[in-house]
Amino acid sequence: MSSKTVRETSANNSRAWQQLPLQYAGMAIALIVLVTVFSLRSKTFFSAATFTTIANSIPDLTIVAVGMTFVLIVGGIDLSVGSVLALASSIFAILLTDRHWPIWGAGITAVLCAGVCGWINGFVSAQYRIPAFIVTLGMLEIARGGAYLVTNSETKYIGSSIEWATEPIANLAVSPAFLFAVLVVLAGQWMLHRTVLGRMAVAIGTNAETVRMSGIRTLPTLLSIYTLCGALCGIAALIQTSRLSTADPNSGAGLELAAIAACVIGGTSLRGGSGSVINTFFGVLIVSVLQSGLAQMGASDPMKRIVTGLVIIFAVLVDSLRNNQR
Amino acid sequence: MQNVLTTYELTKDYATRAVDTVSLEFKPGEIHALLGANGAGKSTLCKMIAGLVRATSGSMILAGRNYSPRDKKEAERYGVQIVQQELNLVPSLNVAENLFLSNLPHRWGVLKTRRLLDRARQLLRDFGLHSIDPCAHVSELGIGERQMLEIAANLSRDCRILILDEPTAALSLSETELLMQHLHDAKRKGVAILYISHRLDEVERIANRISILRDAKLVGTWPQNTLNQSEMVSFMTYGMDRPEGSSTGVPTPQQPTEVERLHSHPPQKADPLLILHRVSRRPRVQDISFEVAAGEILGIAGLVGSGRTELLRLIFGADRADQGEMEIRYSPAASVQTPRDGLLPLPQTPSQAVERGIVMISEDRKSDGLWLPQSIASNIAWSKFRGNFVELLRPFSSRPANSTAETFRRSLAIRCDNTQHVCEALSGGNQQKVVLAKWLHRDGTIFLFDEPTRGIDPASREIIYQVMRDLCQRGKGLVVVSSDLEELLKISHRIGVISNGRWMKDFQGPDFRREEIVAAMFEGYQNQGKTNVKENEVLQ
Repeated sequence: MSSKTVRETSANNSRAWQQLPLQYAGMAIALIVLVTVFSLRSKTFFSAATFTTIANSIPDLTIVAVGMTFVLIVGGIDLSVGSVLALASSIFAILLTDRHWPIWGAGITAVLCAGVCGWINGFVSAQYRIPAFIVTLGMLEIARGGAYLVTNSETKYIGSSIEWATEPIANLAVSPAFLFAVLVVLAGQWMLHRTVLGRMAVAIGTNAETVRMSGIRTLPTLLSIYTLCGALCGIAALIQTSRLSTADPNSGAGLELAAIAACVIGGTSLRGGSGSVINTFFGVLIVSVLQSGLAQMGASDPMKRIVTGLVIIFAVLVDSLRNNQR
Repeated sequence: MQNVLTTYELTKDYATRAVDTVSLEFKPGEIHALLGANGAGKSTLCKMIAGLVRATSGSMILAGRNYSPRDKKEAERYGVQIVQQELNLVPSLNVAENLFLSNLPHRWGVLKTRRLLDRARQLLRDFGLHSIDPCAHVSELGIGERQMLEIAANLSRDCRILILDEPTAALSLSETELLMQHLHDAKRKGVAILYISHRLDEVERIANRISILRDAKLVGTWPQNTLNQSEMVSFMTYGMDRPEGSSTGVPTPQQPTEVERLHSHPPQKADPLLILHRVSRRPRVQDISFEVAAGEILGIAGLVGSGRTELLRLIFGADRADQGEMEIRYSPAASVQTPRDGLLPLPQTPSQAVERGIVMISEDRKSDGLWLPQSIASNIAWSKFRGNFVELLRPFSSRPANSTAETFRRSLAIRCDNTQHVCEALSGGNQQKVVLAKWLHRDGTIFLFDEPTRGIDPASREIIYQVMRDLCQRGKGLVVVSSDLEELLKISHRIGVISNGRWMKDFQGPDFRREEIVAAMFEGYQNQGKTNVKENEVLQ
């Protein structure tokens, strides 16, 4: 190896390290700008109470959005996340209250059921080449129906036995659920870049035909990704159930759109092949800061929705302009 | 008779010159056939006339006025219509809607369905296409019917010049008959027809004049009755320097030039590595059997559309075969070994093929060879994966991938700043090297190459040849499909010829006779009438 190549490679590695935080800088700056603006406009916004509230209200959405990021990266979509969450939460509640299962048993069963829903999504869409949009739309209805079925369409009250998970830890201000969600984000980012599964997901999303023509099987990767997304919905269901102390078969309506919005704001492409779990997390933060900031400024609910919609479009616009420039 | 269109020294340059100072005359009411081997420039010439491609230099005169169409629309305004091999019909609309798509009859935007159907029925009747229902969706029609429909649609418009590129490739015998009739009718109406076809007996039957292109240059134009089929083949192969030389008056008959060969020695007599038994996917590939030995390069020659690529895709499992088996015998020299020997069905998927040690460097690097928006290192690293569950759980480190990519960058001289470069930004030659690196990294026993050097600069070409030679020396079996006959002559130990989906002949190197190979390439398309009739009888 010539000395020149050595230098190039090392320069190259260090550049990669320098670029690493740079990828997130845009999102971080946007978040900081948002926080600053709200802090200047509203006296009550910049306070520990606000941030604690935000931190403890986002873990479920964050975890679902991580799963959604992976699904979008392989070039798919999962519209059933909200319903699967409701189903898992219903199963959890029924097992806990009516069947008197231990918490861990009921929790694991709920997560497994959600995982099976995801597996079915992946299997049907990958094996029979049916667009994920259609398959998961079907699952959206099926899982919602299942949730009504197991709960008899009633909201199940569980009580304090599970509330610890979403209550702030003393002296720390944030809940175990939030810490867990952050852990899931970091693990997701690690998985995307440092495991074969993550790399295969990017390869399939970039060009599935190249993957096939390279003699690589796509089914195992797709199954894993959809199953993972389903299982994450199950975990999010446990967190939501804990936060609300109840399991509501109506919960999670519109969650799929909130999760996709977070991914898209974070720069994940709906065409597949690129995305970042950490940026998705920033997407979740931006949306929730926006919501609570607007609320504190006295904006009405319709106004909040209009602004959120504008932000989504603006984020994608910026992304697309930047990509064209390159 | 006055010319309807005249081209003066029409030239088109891509990386190389595709059409070189071609001057042709087209007369109204005449069928002008254009012949030539692969890459002779037929299609490019047509595209220039039809406004799909702009000429680099030269000019055209249409009906006494200067003519240089900027796009297809402008050409159509002048009455120049082209029917290409890929059709321009909308499959989800019905026949009538397709025929009148550019001027649908309507009132205030509401479709006048009855008038539309009446007009379509009238037009179909005029063209003798009684079997086509104007209400049928185009997606329900066969490929031959679609072709006829498109030709009918073109002729129904104001049409002075009709360009047909391989119109009968997808047609059955009766449909071909019907087409011939319509061409005669159109001719009588004064349309000038430019007709491209490999099928020499068809050309002999319907053409008034024949022009032959070779290596982007016009060899000459002859009235139909002055050329027979073997003379046509000879002109396509040698141009004017025919070995016989008698009828053209060229004094010095030329022997086929000695090509610089890739190998100094023929391979030692080796046992076959891959044996193919009666592989078919009708109608493109019919009953093909051959074998490849360890350390051998088998070149496959054939005209575009003769089933070469389809054959490779069947061996690789990219498409499913109707029938056929393969046998893989592993030699000790081959590094990849699997326990499964003996007669096997063809692979069902590419991953199955790769497991058996068969790899394929495909024709289209952009659509299925590379992950274009990804880096060189990623492209090379990903090829090593199998995609199985067990593997998915493994951690992935980019460091070994980067160093592997770096090794290939140097050994294949991939020109880039570093291996983090995205493949999109690379030149064709460098992209092809990345594809090659991908498969060398994966490794296999049998390497299938489809058009390995198309659109690639000479330096990269040499490197690719070097890689092929190395693979041979390591005891791999290579099958190379190429439209470039010179290339096959240079690199192959043996050349097999496919014509019209059939395996015609094997030619053993190192002394190939070019004219025999070219003749074999056309063989399957000649005197087709008889064989086709027989086949139809069998089918009925």
